[in-house]
Amino acid sequence: MDDVIIGLEVHVQLNRLSSKLFCGCSTDYHNDPPNSHTCPVCLGLPGSLPVINRKAVEFSIRVGLALNCRIEQQTMFYRKNYYYPDLPKGFQISQYDFPLATGGHIMIKGEDGERNIRITRAHMEEDPGRLVHAGTIDRAKYTMVDYNRCGMPLLEVVTEPDLRSPKEARAFLDKLRTILEYLDVFDGSLEGSMRVDSNISLAGGDRAEVKNISSFKGVEKALSYEITRQRNLRRRNIRVVQETRHFDELRNVTVSIRSKEEAHDYRYFPEMDLVPIRVADWVPNVQASLPELPDARRDRFREQYGISDDHAKSLTSEIKVADFYEQVASRTDPRLAAVWIADVLKGELNYRSLGIDRFSPDHMVEIVSMLASQEITEDGAVILLRTLLDRKIPSLVDTEKPGATKAGGQLSVRVCDLVGSLGLARAGDQAVRAAVRDAVAECASAVSDYRSGNERAINFVVGVVMKKTRGRASPAEAHRMVQEEIEKGS
Amino acid sequence: MITSKDVDHISWLASIKLGEDELEQFVAQFNSILEYFHELDGVDTEGVEPTYRVVDLANIFRDDSVKASLSQEAALKNAPKREEGYFKSPRIV
Repeated sequence: MDDVIIGLEVHVQLNRLSSKLFCGCSTDYHNDPPNSHTCPVCLGLPGSLPVINRKAVEFSIRVGLALNCRIEQQTMFYRKNYYYPDLPKGFQISQYDFPLATGGHIMIKGEDGERNIRITRAHMEEDPGRLVHAGTIDRAKYTMVDYNRCGMPLLEVVTEPDLRSPKEARAFLDKLRTILEYLDVFDGSLEGSMRVDSNISLAGGDRAEVKNISSFKGVEKALSYEITRQRNLRRRNIRVVQETRHFDELRNVTVSIRSKEEAHDYRYFPEMDLVPIRVADWVPNVQASLPELPDARRDRFREQYGISDDHAKSLTSEIKVADFYEQVASRTDPRLAAVWIADVLKGELNYRSLGIDRFSPDHMVEIVSMLASQEITEDGAVILLRTLLDRKIPSLVDTEKPGATKAGGQLSVRVCDLVGSLGLARAGDQAVRAAVRDAVAECASAVSDYRSGNERAINFVVGVVMKKTRGRASPAEAHRMVQEEIEKGS
Repeated sequence: MITSKDVDHISWLASIKLGEDELEQFVAQFNSILEYFHELDGVDTEGVEPTYRVVDLANIFRDDSVKASLSQEAALKNAPKREEGYFKSPRIV
């Protein structure tokens, strides 16, 4: 796919702020009725005046610095005029020729190895309202508007056309999300918190803009669809029209928004209700307050805990997982902990659509320690993880601690007790040896097959040992002991 | 010079439909407003830095604290049409 050229405009809600960008309305609207978080400023009523949220500026600088951007000496706001029901004022307060942050870059996992993706700029703007269409966008009879989202602090991050495939676009967004969550300015789990517009073309052709992609999976789907569409046109010698297309997430297609309807005539002019911002002198303090970012943490994990690069990457791709790992690694075998958290626990959580906060680090420490000291087998450890995850919440609130919280309830379950009640203690050498002796005696024909050269016949005997010990022996060790037992007898 | 084509475009951008008479009326008004602003061209600005503002004010902020919002009823008070707590607008696109 060497000929694919993709650039992204990512709209990120700075939703860890308490109030909107230019007014005191709460940002915590997701579970509330429509139009219950508005005021004269965000409804654009006559005579109201916007005043910018100081912390929103600080958060934006934080993001700019983490994306390796330059923070400009002076930044200011403009009115971007377009007439659409999502904007009650008839314009959006945005930035234009003096954006806050310019000229950055981040590294992503590309199609072949690490790739540097350039960031053109990051600028601040207010989020428009949310439109609810009765039916799909091109068939709706009318539109309903909710202004709760209107005025939410947004940062628009614009890349250079450096991405070469839908997969790379996805990798960029994953990386951006990770960085934003590390910076504690963004919660990606909230609906509509990150929305993407993309410019896409095949080398030598005109580009189409695909708007309104609101999920990470949607980005890959929309871009793949668009590439196929453009390739088919090219095959038939039809030129790609430079236009805006809308991604229909229900039907997984991009549809043309008739070009006359799309007014790219925004008539930007300075927003005189807001004064310029000169905050270059904040930069040293903000820089000093930046947390350790994902790439740095990955490198440290590799060195400090002696774990593989893949494990370090997997463990640092979400800040909560990285914090969880460090809590566990400091109290038990860090390498074993890396394997069990990155390869097993993350998978079990994914399968159940649960976050890592659903699992107690104390339990993980116990499980990893028991594995390290060979008190339980790997199969036993998996059963423990699943049992802890699948226990219903009410039963976790133990009677001994009435009123205990969810987490407290979970903590009051001790892994060693579960090992007892589920019979997961690894069988002692004596018991395994006895099972091996019995199994070899019982499986005479398998043993003779093995002796006459059919190596796979031994697996049957090992299976019998596992059954006899109810899975509490390590298969590798059982295998070795069966081998010894057979050779002893020959 | 503003022509009827310009006014037509601007009215389309603003989603305001103008009749033929209105169009001509706005052409005349737009031109007379612009003409008035042309008086500024007479001022000698040699050596004067361009500026957007006459007051050199910067960095006016508010703290990130929540204030009470309007009730849904109050927010929708001036809406010509509403449905289930939403503003209702004509079909778009």
